[in-house]
Amino acid sequence: MAASLETAAQPQGLKRVAIDPVSRVEGHGKVTILLDAQQRVQQVRLHIVEFRGFEQFIAGRPYWEVPVMVQRLCGICPVSHHLAASKALDHVVGAMPITPSALKIRRLMHYGQVMQSHALHFFHLSSPDLLFGFDSEVNRRNIVGVAAAHPDIAKKGVLLRKYGQEVIRATAGKRVHGTGSVPGGMNKHVSAADRELLRREVQQMIQWSQDAVDIAKTLHAQNPALYDRFGAFRSNMLSLVRADGALDLYDGVIRARDASGALLFDGASDQGYLDLIEEEVKPWTYMKFPFLKSLGREHGWYRVGPLARLQNCDFIPSPRAEVERREFVGWGQGQLLHGSLAYHWARMIELLHCMEVIAELLDDPDILAGELMARGERRHSGVGVIEAPRGTLIHHYEVGDDDLVTRCNLIVSTTHNNQAMNEAVRSVAREYLDGHELSEGLLNHIEVAIRAYDPCLSCATHALGKMPLQATLLGAGGDVLDRVRKSPDGGFEHLPGSIGEGP
Amino acid sequence: MTLPCLVFGWGNRSRGDDALGPLCVERLRGALPAREDIEFLDDYQLVPEHVLDLRGRRRVLFVDASLACAPPFETLALRAAADASISSHSLSPQALLHLYRDLHEKDAPPCTLLAIRGMRFELGEAPSAAALAHLDAALQWARGWLSMPQLLRRA
Repeated sequence: MAASLETAAQPQGLKRVAIDPVSRVEGHGKVTILLDAQQRVQQVRLHIVEFRGFEQFIAGRPYWEVPVMVQRLCGICPVSHHLAASKALDHVVGAMPITPSALKIRRLMHYGQVMQSHALHFFHLSSPDLLFGFDSEVNRRNIVGVAAAHPDIAKKGVLLRKYGQEVIRATAGKRVHGTGSVPGGMNKHVSAADRELLRREVQQMIQWSQDAVDIAKTLHAQNPALYDRFGAFRSNMLSLVRADGALDLYDGVIRARDASGALLFDGASDQGYLDLIEEEVKPWTYMKFPFLKSLGREHGWYRVGPLARLQNCDFIPSPRAEVERREFVGWGQGQLLHGSLAYHWARMIELLHCMEVIAELLDDPDILAGELMARGERRHSGVGVIEAPRGTLIHHYEVGDDDLVTRCNLIVSTTHNNQAMNEAVRSVAREYLDGHELSEGLLNHIEVAIRAYDPCLSCATHALGKMPLQATLLGAGGDVLDRVRKSPDGGFEHLPGSIGEGP
Repeated sequence: MTLPCLVFGWGNRSRGDDALGPLCVERLRGALPAREDIEFLDDYQLVPEHVLDLRGRRRVLFVDASLACAPPFETLALRAAADASISSHSLSPQALLHLYRDLHEKDAPPCTLLAIRGMRFELGEAPSAAALAHLDAALQWARGWLSMPQLLRRA
């Protein structure tokens, strides 16, 4: 594990540099760096403003509303929340298992979501860095720059995204605020007309996905020193896998490996996630730090997402992606790949896998007909775990006899990767910034490391102009220490009832 | 078949006044059921593939909540610009038009932004009374804009 730059021994007198906001990530994050007089890095922290009000937003609502409501938590991966909530509430209505038709339509929806999310990230958010260079001209380093220099790549990205959105529309009922998945199953089939529309383009999309894998692979081959070393650090890896060890993004058992690739545990039920994972609170950030209970706080943190999934599974159950996975794993020559930029390669292999799965499901008659709903013995709690585009997503609900949600716990992918992203920025700071005069290009190296994880820091809100920001500082025991509001003009005010409130 | 006019609002309905864009679209759709020349769409935010929704249009009206505009609303004829928003997952409408031009090698159809002043964007809150009053004023303007004769012709 990387040596810590989390807390400087003597922060007094150090120069502070802030990257605020981190760009090309969803939501608001910032990085603070403390440097001494010789420009030596003494402390690096990634701060993410996460609003823990989500759980309160859901508590008290009827459970059947939840799969629709949770889509409003995030404008980037609403379908992942929609399906994770549905999976959790399947347990509450006793729908274990759901029907084959419902399962296949949900899978189709999910793989469409992951596909379009991966396409957005690679083509529009990361390709500017990867194609032009991390310290290339800043005004060019964006999707408009890519569209100008590589219009074919930009166009494929847009059309892949659009295809994924159409898969979502065909399965969820609408492009946004879909209502297709419900506790116990699905409420509609895919129409024959939609299936034909999607089938018409599916081979083209598979080919473009293969092209994307080739781009990512070529980038690694052209500069292995950079791609293997940049933001590299050893970590544990956690993900769902199918019971037979296959990659599965919708369902499975929980598996974790250590940094050398040895299994830490396997076959763990998602219903028992609290036996495996605990979340640590640190005083300098609102976001928690999950860790594996069996290894403890210091050694138990882990990575999730494409890099973990591809190295946790034993095989990918689709032919083209499996060929690519073997080459990817072979790159490590028997060792796990730990470079942060390997996320991009892994993500594109998943993109290809998603398209292969979509093609297979579109040929399955069960998506057009068959029983959609299942019921069983009513229960009071349920856990739904899904592999969202960025990694493992956990929804946990408790429901009263009156059908109202009494408790809710969400652990989102970006929270799982919190410690890993901090390690990545510390690794890059140590390698590239330490002892150098800082420049925009050097600081962008820090952002490149964060973007590799495709963090979703979203509170799913936006507006023209500046947003107000309200933050609550919680103590380790969950007690409110301070509440502040940042106004659109940048000023701060302490809110009534907090310790920090003025006289 | 692509309809000649697109009304496209964005925002999160569960974040207070951020709902103004989708609400405006919803109310216009309800108020103009006979207008078969208008397509109404809404989404959480503008993203690159929305360039495809602009193809073949004669006019486009974007609708969003704004903290920066003067109340109750402002309108703006949009021009393509590679502004700072291209650094995030979401795009500004100006950046979307820029992307459209790069990908299609021609300018996007004429686009107008209807920015409705909002004040509160907290998760779980309903739109504020003041924002809803701004919405009413904006709807009146939008109905007038949508009745312009050039919209009635096919693209």
